Amino acid sequence: MPQCFDEMTLADGATRAVYGRIAHWLAATPSELLASRRAQAELLFRRIGITFAVHGDKDAAERLIPFDIVPRLLGRSEWARLEEGLRQRVKALNLFIADIYGAQEILKSGVMPTDIVLQNPYYEPEMAGRRIPHDIYVHIAGIDIVRIDAGDFYVLEDNLRTPSGVSYMLENREVMMRLAPDLFAEYRVAPVENYPDALLATLRSIVPRAARGEPTIVLLTPGQYNSAYYEHSFLADKLGVELVEGRDLLVRDDVVYMRTTEGPKRVDVIYRRIDDAFLDPLAFRPDSVLGVPGLFNAYISGNVTLTNAVGTGIGDDKAIYSYVPNIIEFYLGEKPILKNVPTWRCREAEALAYVLDHLPELVVKEVNGSGGFGMLIGPHATREEIDTFRQKLRAKPDNFIAQPTLSLSTCPTSFDSGIAPRHVDLRPFVLSGSDGIRVVPGGLTRVALKEGSLVVNSCQGGGTKDTWVVDDSHLENLPCGAFAPGTTREAMDR
Amino acid sequence: MLSRTADNLYWLARYMERADFLARIIDATRRLASVPTTQPGPGTEWDSTLEASGAGEGFRRTGASPDEANVVEYLMFSMDNPSSIRNCIEKARTNGRAVRTALTAEMWDAINGAWIELKRHVMSNARGYDREQSARFLEFVKKASLDYDGAAHRTMLRNDAYWFSRLGLYIERADNTARILDVKYNILLPETEAVGGSVDYFQWAAILRAVSALTAYHWVYRESLKPWLIADLLILRPEMPRSLIACYENIVRFLDSIGKAYGHKGEAQRHAHTVLARLMGATTKEIFQSGLHEFVTAFVENNTRLGTIVAEQYLLN
Repeated sequence: MPQCFDEMTLADGATRAVYGRIAHWLAATPSELLASRRAQAELLFRRIGITFAVHGDKDAAERLIPFDIVPRLLGRSEWARLEEGLRQRVKALNLFIADIYGAQEILKSGVMPTDIVLQNPYYEPEMAGRRIPHDIYVHIAGIDIVRIDAGDFYVLEDNLRTPSGVSYMLENREVMMRLAPDLFAEYRVAPVENYPDALLATLRSIVPRAARGEPTIVLLTPGQYNSAYYEHSFLADKLGVELVEGRDLLVRDDVVYMRTTEGPKRVDVIYRRIDDAFLDPLAFRPDSVLGVPGLFNAYISGNVTLTNAVGTGIGDDKAIYSYVPNIIEFYLGEKPILKNVPTWRCREAEALAYVLDHLPELVVKEVNGSGGFGMLIGPHATREEIDTFRQKLRAKPDNFIAQPTLSLSTCPTSFDSGIAPRHVDLRPFVLSGSDGIRVVPGGLTRVALKEGSLVVNSCQGGGTKDTWVVDDSHLENLPCGAFAPGTTREAMDR
Repeated sequence: MLSRTADNLYWLARYMERADFLARIIDATRRLASVPTTQPGPGTEWDSTLEASGAGEGFRRTGASPDEANVVEYLMFSMDNPSSIRNCIEKARTNGRAVRTALTAEMWDAINGAWIELKRHVMSNARGYDREQSARFLEFVKKASLDYDGAAHRTMLRNDAYWFSRLGLYIERADNTARILDVKYNILLPETEAVGGSVDYFQWAAILRAVSALTAYHWVYRESLKPWLIADLLILRPEMPRSLIACYENIVRFLDSIGKAYGHKGEAQRHAHTVLARLMGATTKEIFQSGLHEFVTAFVENNTRLGTIVAEQYLLN
């Protein structure tokens, strides 16, 4: 594995300016104290009830996502550029989805092959030719960002359906403020706690035109056995909206109501955390018990807004991903600010040949996979695994894309054995309403806790960190050796 | 509010109250069973405890003999007993988790904390029945119920969520007090006074302990235990927080609050007022004349009926 960029320590041993205080904190805090902070953090999370259910693992039915007490920092100028790129990307993706279900200009102009869109399992034919309120499809996006070197951020994945993780962004901050109040006093950390307000403002901006008076907003969850149920209840609580399940809603004359102790009450906006396929057994999967019969008709009649819209999966498909730079140029006439990871589309013969020749060094992903499942990490795979994938690729090349194995940046992480670098990514959240785009400074940093591992997904043993956007304009890099253990505060403040 | 949320809050309160009742009745029975030859004839104290907790039939199906270890195990930890303390706390938490947003942080903390602690007790119980260990468990259950109740009382907004939660608590409590009376009515009859003696004294004390009213009795009547006064205390004394009348005063109050907030009253309010009026008009003399057993049986039926009406009127919309 090549030397990769560390968020704190540069190749020559110098400490990056923004991490100065953190480096000092780590050097000056005895390991027992760090250990007790870790224990304290775990207790706090356990007590608050932040758990994550893991698929197919009965013993771990309610497990904690490990939280690392060393925050991940971004300087304000780095963040400003990242935010600009996120706004640009989400704006373009919204225009793309509206176009795909509308005039299909982008297909007519030949920017991308037509079948990659129209034959895509995430293309929802039911949405074709329909207008939705305010023409915004993706109200809530989670964009996965990785860093390869000091200069550049790359987008690894766009999550445009029901991205999760924002509750961890908020709770991590709460816990971190309790664990290390001194660090907050030393840094000026941009707050994230206004995210629920921003989300509520976004949801209120997209009420259907049919709505009258104070809009009723609800959050629709698959229920308490869903892996992200904690997040659903957390968000509903912060937003001050009802957390409903499918069975709490009913549709009468194409209007959605919720069942209350006072009888049916009209619902205007549904922030749904249920996949399209399960929304409405009459329109999609007939075996869905999570959805609401008739919901889709109410939706296309314009009586209720669904957040995100139906059919946004087309925008975060891994086959479409490789065209996002073209999408940005096509709709905005701008150069993309955030880079895409170079991607081989295995559907193209030339690319497939290259991928088959270079499997041991590539990451191969199923275009419809998620959560780090159904993927091959060449450098870490056994011969058998590579052979299995070779056969899969030959059988259905359309199902796969391949990317170079990126050396994700690392960030110092606290273990019983001491501080060690671990690979991280970042998921900022982008909100799009009829009144503009909102981005809260920060996001969820996920960390691969296993040494050398590149898989940060929580269902595969990844952890999380608090993410700080800090004012770094007055800070300078610190030379190698500035933080021998026991360095005093005075040495730091010289 | 969402009907399902109201339903969950209502049952959450019922399960926590039930767990508390079970803990008290087990505790009281254990004291009673330690008195020599408490109950002549067939059946033991543990049999009547099983009946009072509504678990008699389920227990008999297990085929185990009704001795202390088996009954206590069945009432405290059995997964097969739908109303074991363990299942009550598990169900309370499941209900709580389903309505996290309707609970205050303190209420969730009380339930979730109890649930975490429960796991520890289940683990140590797996090593076998241990009287001291189970006494600690009963203390924990009573405290958990107090914590939850206190958290609800001190932190909830006084709106329909609170009212439905309290409604669950008092309907459950009325049911529990009535069950004790129903199982023990034979020793509360005036005639048994003639039999008298220390044996009955311990029986009466056990009933009062099961509803944490032994001290209250002395404060209210300032005389030694008399069976008809125990019945009076548990049925007709409004100042006794677990008496049937006290439960119904609360039930009526909270149902009226709901009716007022929603702008209309219904069958639930009418039925609750009827039951309260019956209690207010009753005297111990009249109750004993027409039969304590019949009176209690009728009350249990009416109370169950109220639960059904509340569900139909509000919870299953």
